[in-house]
Amino acid sequence: MSDKVLTANRLSDGISVWLDASGQWVENLQDAFVARHAEAVAALEASGKAAVADNKVVDVNVIEIEEKDGVLRPLRLRERIRAEGPTIDYAPGYRGLLGPFEAA
Amino acid sequence: MYRYDEFDHAFVSERVAQFRDQVGRRLSGELAEDAFKPLRLMNGVYLQLHAYMLRVAIPYGTLNSKQLRMLAHIARKYDRGYGHFTTRQNIQYNWPRLADTPDILAELASVEMHALQTSGNCIRNVTADHFAGAAADEVADPRPYAEILRQWSSVHPEFSFLPRKFKIAVTGAERDRAAIQVHDIGLHLKKNEAGEIGFAVYVGGGQGRTPMIAKKIRDFLPEEDLLSYTTAIMRVYNLHGRRDNKYKARIKILVHETGVEELAGQVEQEFLQLKDSELKLPDADIAAITAYFAPPELKNRPEGWEALARWKKADAGFARWVDQNVAPHKHPDYGMVTVSLKPIGGIPGDASDKQMDAVADLAEEFAFDEIRVSHEQNLILPHVALADLEPLYRGLLAHGLETANAGLITDIIACPGLDYCALANARSIPLAQELSTRFGAAERQAEIGELKIKISGCINACGHHHVGHIGLLGVEKKGAELYQITLGGSGDENSSIGEIIGRGFEPEKVTDAVETIVDTYLGLRLEQSETFLEAYRRVGPQPFKDALYGATQAAA
Repeated sequence: MSDKVLTANRLSDGISVWLDASGQWVENLQDAFVARHAEAVAALEASGKAAVADNKVVDVNVIEIEEKDGVLRPLRLRERIRAEGPTIDYAPGYRGLLGPFEAA
Repeated sequence: MYRYDEFDHAFVSERVAQFRDQVGRRLSGELAEDAFKPLRLMNGVYLQLHAYMLRVAIPYGTLNSKQLRMLAHIARKYDRGYGHFTTRQNIQYNWPRLADTPDILAELASVEMHALQTSGNCIRNVTADHFAGAAADEVADPRPYAEILRQWSSVHPEFSFLPRKFKIAVTGAERDRAAIQVHDIGLHLKKNEAGEIGFAVYVGGGQGRTPMIAKKIRDFLPEEDLLSYTTAIMRVYNLHGRRDNKYKARIKILVHETGVEELAGQVEQEFLQLKDSELKLPDADIAAITAYFAPPELKNRPEGWEALARWKKADAGFARWVDQNVAPHKHPDYGMVTVSLKPIGGIPGDASDKQMDAVADLAEEFAFDEIRVSHEQNLILPHVALADLEPLYRGLLAHGLETANAGLITDIIACPGLDYCALANARSIPLAQELSTRFGAAERQAEIGELKIKISGCINACGHHHVGHIGLLGVEKKGAELYQITLGGSGDENSSIGEIIGRGFEPEKVTDAVETIVDTYLGLRLEQSETFLEAYRRVGPQPFKDALYGATQAAA
């Protein structure tokens, strides 16, 4: 089984988020809680359902990731782009993996 | 241009208030996502990969400076300082907060704009020739008819829950710049022998996973019958269009499965019932709407001819821009200017808030306050005196808007692709950027001549790849991106769907493949004036297959 994390988009602003070990939705995949066995995945799925019911997030999905040299990376390109941001330099203030967008 | 009356103002404001209440209830948890999603979509709010996306309607692509400044303001205040102009002549914002969307819609309403019917299974933004009202080859301005259709279709109770979305385009010129043959309904304005205005009516065109060229079901529909006949088509579609399978629900499938003659017969039968109903357009109503679109008073400015020749001689960059981006206007002292949103190596269709403000200022100063959005993702200033081209060019140059590539190989249409879109399978924008950089040298583009590359990141074909002279479709294969190439597509008065040329190419190989295609064309064209499309239609796919895959492999 590949490692998994739980991802969603925040209801209020739609920003991509991942669930961390303390049950908070965080903006950085690297802070996400990684489920490495079936029971942990079941716990993730339960958390996802609860979060949707709680109206904190939308579009909740368990996704597959791999850990390489301590860095988490989704297996699918779609999820990598969600985690790392658009692969294009779309506007001044976009910093990609260096951190959140900073208005110029 | 059209101005809202009291009814329009009240209606749009009411919708904003309604949506504000819905968003409030969603954020408080009173409304669940399942209930809210169709409501937000009705107001143009999508959820994409990284954030919400707001699609704002620009009816038939027409804007004034005040409206464009508002679009800039929204980009600055509520988004990340830019917007993306689309192939439906609309604008999309990629990063709005849900909580802000009611305020955005209220600000839009203050300049007579909204985001209604930019999503959902309803009649979408009606598109039209971006040179409407200015083109020398025009029979009549298509925008009054597009506006009549807009008013009729806005929240039309019978057509708000169609089997699938529905797109109408209108052109009023000999040359089709609105791609009407790949629309659900395409209307081609024409005059009959008596000099009366009417429409050739095309039905059942479209792109997506099953691309089809529309079929003509009426050669001449009198203008007074526009709404009754369109209603007849919509009724036949609403009744018989498939609702069992989303992928077979567009009217093109109905036309295909029913047969053109049978379907046209059904439409005519329905039309007979409606022909003399209240849907018949009175001349006075058509005249009243047409009056909104009266062309500006264009004074003779013959001094522009001499000045233009002098400026062109003095500045090669300006000369190139005039030759490529300025088309003849129906008034000889004026031109129609394409403001390219395709800088070399840039993102097709994106404009920053500053650029939008700059174009608004320039339109006010030099272009009678009129701006258009083209379905090719550029901005248009339809009425500019030749005598004002040089100062206009300087103004554009100051904001990186002077790219001289209208209709050339770097004037690429690209959908947002996997960098933003939740439906995409592959990226479109980075490929557009790489191609633009590869072919960006002015001399090389001029040598290649007219060549339209269109890129979609999935089979839904928002990037119009089926009608690209060279079309590129991104797919996902074994978890990686792969680009399928189609050749020979065209979205003009002689529309055709491109043919798949062979197996797809990996991201790092696809630009080379396009270059091979271009070099093959350059090697086989009869003369420089034979365009890529003409050459392709003459020789067919084989020489390109041979060049891409080798003669033996292609034959296998």
